[in-house]
Amino acid sequence: MSEEVKALESMIGEEYKYGFTTDVEYEEFPKGISEEIVRELSKRKNEPEWMTDFRVKAYHAWKEMEEPNWFNATYTKPDYENMLYYSAPKKKPQLDSMDDVDPNIRETYEKLGIPLEEQKMLAGVAVDAVFDSVSVFTSFKEKLAEAGVIFCSMSEAIQDHPELIKKYMASVVPVRDNYFSALNSAVFSDGSFCYIPKNTKCPMELSTYFRINNMNSGQFERTLIVAEEGSSVSYLEGCTAPMYDENQLHAAVVELVALDNADIKYSTIQNWYSGDENGKGGIYNFVTKRGICKGKNSKISWTQLETGSAVTLKYPSVILQGDNSIGEFYSVAVTTKMQQADTGTKMIHLGKNTKSTIISKGISAGRSQNSYRGEVKIGKKAHGSKNYSVCDSMLIGQECGAHTFPYISSENPSSSVEHEATTSRVGEEQIFYLMQRGISEQDAISMIINGFVKDVLKELPLEFAVEANKLLDVKLEGSVG
Amino acid sequence: MLEIKNLHAVVEGEDIEILKGVNLKVNAGEIHAIMGPNGSGKSTLSKVVSGHPEYEVTEGEILFNGEDITELDADERAHLGLFLAFQYPVEVPGITNRTLLREAYNTIARANDREELDPLEFEDYIESKLDVINMKDEFLNRSINTGFSGGEKKKNEIFQMAVLNPVLSFLDETDSGLDIDALKVVSEGVNKIANDENAIVMITHYQRLLNYIKPDFVHVMMDGRIIKSGDISLAEELEANGYDKMEKELALNGEAQ
Ligand SMILES: Nc1ncnc2c1ncn2[C@@H]1O[C@H](COP(=O)(O)OP(=O)(O)O)[C@@H](O)[C@H]1O
Ligand SMILES: [Mg+2]
Repeated sequence: MSEEVKALESMIGEEYKYGFTTDVEYEEFPKGISEEIVRELSKRKNEPEWMTDFRVKAYHAWKEMEEPNWFNATYTKPDYENMLYYSAPKKKPQLDSMDDVDPNIRETYEKLGIPLEEQKMLAGVAVDAVFDSVSVFTSFKEKLAEAGVIFCSMSEAIQDHPELIKKYMASVVPVRDNYFSALNSAVFSDGSFCYIPKNTKCPMELSTYFRINNMNSGQFERTLIVAEEGSSVSYLEGCTAPMYDENQLHAAVVELVALDNADIKYSTIQNWYSGDENGKGGIYNFVTKRGICKGKNSKISWTQLETGSAVTLKYPSVILQGDNSIGEFYSVAVTTKMQQADTGTKMIHLGKNTKSTIISKGISAGRSQNSYRGEVKIGKKAHGSKNYSVCDSMLIGQECGAHTFPYISSENPSSSVEHEATTSRVGEEQIFYLMQRGISEQDAISMIINGFVKDVLKELPLEFAVEANKLLDVKLEGSVG
Repeated sequence: MLEIKNLHAVVEGEDIEILKGVNLKVNAGEIHAIMGPNGSGKSTLSKVVSGHPEYEVTEGEILFNGEDITELDADERAHLGLFLAFQYPVEVPGITNRTLLREAYNTIARANDREELDPLEFEDYIESKLDVINMKDEFLNRSINTGFSGGEKKKNEIFQMAVLNPVLSFLDETDSGLDIDALKVVSEGVNKIANDENAIVMITHYQRLLNYIKPDFVHVMMDGRIIKSGDISLAEELEANGYDKMEKELALNGEAQ
């Protein structure tokens, strides 16, 4: 454990230290998007026809759609014609051990402090590292296979488990759900697939580190997690990206399916490059994340710590279809400098006695804008359902903004919705009080912030919680005073 | 220990002068009381001495054990052993009293090359201090001042003082908001903490507190200056005649400029 914590700690540098690129050769692939490009991409990935058709249909759906602009954010729209939709390391490694991985890639992992080696196993975490779009390393498959758990790249899943992919892909986030999900469906590069069989507790926490590492390569990850009856899984996702000047689009789709009595916990730390003081550069993070509690007594829990990206539009949601199902959303969103975040959740109550909890903590500093947008919908048949929402904002300095947009609708009088919201400012008085007790200014700020986000961070798996606290400190260093 | 010479201070960035030439000398083993009407600058004096960034010293010196501390940050002054029990203690949600005190205690220890206490040692240490003001240990698990009653907040300040064991403490209106029983407990606590090596400056509006904590010196502050100093009889005089009368007398005698 402590080894891993150390590794995680070294991963969180002082400044944004992941701003380096790796010198790996890339296969040539033309820029821009068209039906031909989509077909070519599918061909290079050796995909079956049904997958190619899925992509092509999605492409045409996307073509007809309008790019949305209802967010509380302003940015230059991505130039879709100037993007690379496919990239892969040239040498496709046959991986038996770490020695087989391209030394450049390995070095990248070292710099990132990603503990792909044995410490990780000691810590009981399986790692499926995604380098750019193609998985170059998948570990601990055997242990998972023993338990019957499938954990592999989406590309592999399409080859090896077509019936599962056909059944569940786009079943939670339909292709036409939104502009970015349609685009993702057409050009998704890779991602992870995870299937937990009946009555199985996944023997380890699953984690995937994404890394964007190709100039102008939009990242279109696709993740699908299916938890069969009575199974449970905890999935961790964390990301860093190199410091590029041009905006990079990241439009992932994540789908979760929980059947009867199943439990899925999905945790994210997002720390992509957020651009400089003047808002130059940084990642666009336009992700569609949704889970469905399909079975009775099922549970889906999203926990996120969002600190990076220039613009974040993200609403991890839960459809509570099964009776007695539970949806949770725990979020800390931090914006500094010129960052803009419009994030929140949707809880759609359809089944009886369904419960949802939303705890959202927004921290804004610099000249950033941080919006919470949350929807709670209680359907006609959702008798006895309950929602509880807390939405707190903290402002650091005078030039930032925090906004709250709650949308609540209930068609069932036997259900209850409770919403609380507060806004506070990290005050000179609080800092002075702690400094008077001997605590440095930086530690004082960090204490105040950690106190503020505690209710959310305690939901993170331990090794992430350590990282999360560090990340917050680093991120907000120098924001006050 | 503390020597304040002709201290002038303004609100940072503004022209309002609040301290207009304060002189005060405090030696080890002494207890001082500063009395004065509302708005005379008592709280400001305590904040300026402890390094509040809202105020700027425009003239004069604050010497602490011979060292001029006017340029030091608040935490550095705390490391030297300066403590302020706030008139209005601040709430910090999500961080427990215990966490704050352990951080504070160890940070101060580090700054002074003293041994830090590990969590278990600290637990023993902090438990031993709970008695000073009859505090229950569940108090340690509560977020700093969050949802505390006025009296609990004041008690908590003195508890923190007991744990951090400062060299010089300013107690700003610690008596206000305390009922008579609590006042007794808190005063007893302060008396237990006071010894030959430390010093205490109590700021108070009323004479009441001085019945429980006996000061060696009493100072009267008015309009940003200490206009008169003496022993406990000065407090009694004030209690009997009020500030107005004293001010007028002083004016007549030409003592106040
Ligand atoms: N930050 C500030 N800005 C403006 N005026 C202030 C500020 N701090 C103190 N003052 C003024 O200085 C005077 C002294 O205040 P204070 O030190 O709190 O008095 P006391 O504690 O003796 O009641 C008051 O008139 C108060 O309004
Ligand atoms: Mg006062």
